[in-house]
Amino acid sequence: MASSPYFSLAVLFVVALGFGLAPLGLAWVWQRVFSPAKPNAIKNAIYECGLESRGDAWVQFRSAYYLYAIIFLIFDVEAIFLLPFAVAFTGLGAAACVSMLVFVLLLIEGLAWAWAKGVLTWA
Amino acid sequence: MAESLFGANRQMAVDENLKIELGKQGVFVTTIQELYNWGRRSSIWPMQFGLACCAIEMIATTMARYDLARFGSEVFRPSPRQADLMIISGTVTKKMAPQVVRLYNQMAEPRYVIAMGACAISGGPFKQGYNVLKGIDRYIPVDVHIPGCPPRPEALIQAFMTLQKKIDGQHLTGEERPRHLDEQAPGEFPVPEFGEHDLDPPSNPGTWTVPKIIQ
Repeated sequence: MASSPYFSLAVLFVVALGFGLAPLGLAWVWQRVFSPAKPNAIKNAIYECGLESRGDAWVQFRSAYYLYAIIFLIFDVEAIFLLPFAVAFTGLGAAACVSMLVFVLLLIEGLAWAWAKGVLTWA
Repeated sequence: MAESLFGANRQMAVDENLKIELGKQGVFVTTIQELYNWGRRSSIWPMQFGLACCAIEMIATTMARYDLARFGSEVFRPSPRQADLMIISGTVTKKMAPQVVRLYNQMAEPRYVIAMGACAISGGPFKQGYNVLKGIDRYIPVDVHIPGCPPRPEALIQAFMTLQKKIDGQHLTGEERPRHLDEQAPGEFPVPEFGEHDLDPPSNPGTWTVPKIIQ
């Protein structure tokens, strides 16, 4: 068995397992011997900055909000690319300006689509 | 059984002079109790929690000039579940007291409390105020009181060192063992409620006795 090329891997695996489990076991033994558990209602309550928590923690959000995230992305990407474009504007040729115009038009197309779909009206 | 096994009792531990002699020869002798207390006192994690102007001094203590990290306490936890120490840094109003007591209850044992500044220990300059709690020790057991308005960072560091000394002296077993190792000791401290004129109850009789006025 020791001649197997995977023997050292098996040894390492056992050591790694022990490394993880030994502290857990020691903590369990320590708790059993010395430290008694004293749970109570206040201690087990949901933690919420000292105030008593109200309602359910499992609040659901409308999945339709993803549209706002996407529209935000339009302006986000636009701002990132427009700033260096504006800085270097005086040194740019006609080709650069046209390609930038195409880029902005593509983004505006997305916005126009969202507008036409009525996403921008708050329901 | 545990006493003989872990050398937790003071009588069972190695003689102090013998320990020093062995230390000179390069032999390190310790007990489980000493290791346990050393580990605990070297990593007291305070709760990230400030009440009033004393909190500014507490923040200053953690910064580079005073550097609380030297004492292993730089990790301020934003959750009571992970904190060992509550620093009552400032005036405790009666509106805030239930929240403070609830947070103390939600901390895991062993837990300690430092009452920082005149307000936290007695109400301080606002003692006559109708809405000010006259010291947080009316509801929860306080380990170290620091006077001052506000106490300087050095005073807070002194309180930390005092607390570390206290932790160092705690026994694992026996009659004097601290609350978290004692099954009979209470683990719950009742949270006061807003009464008609005052907090209800006005103090926790388990941790605080109303002083008698002798005329």
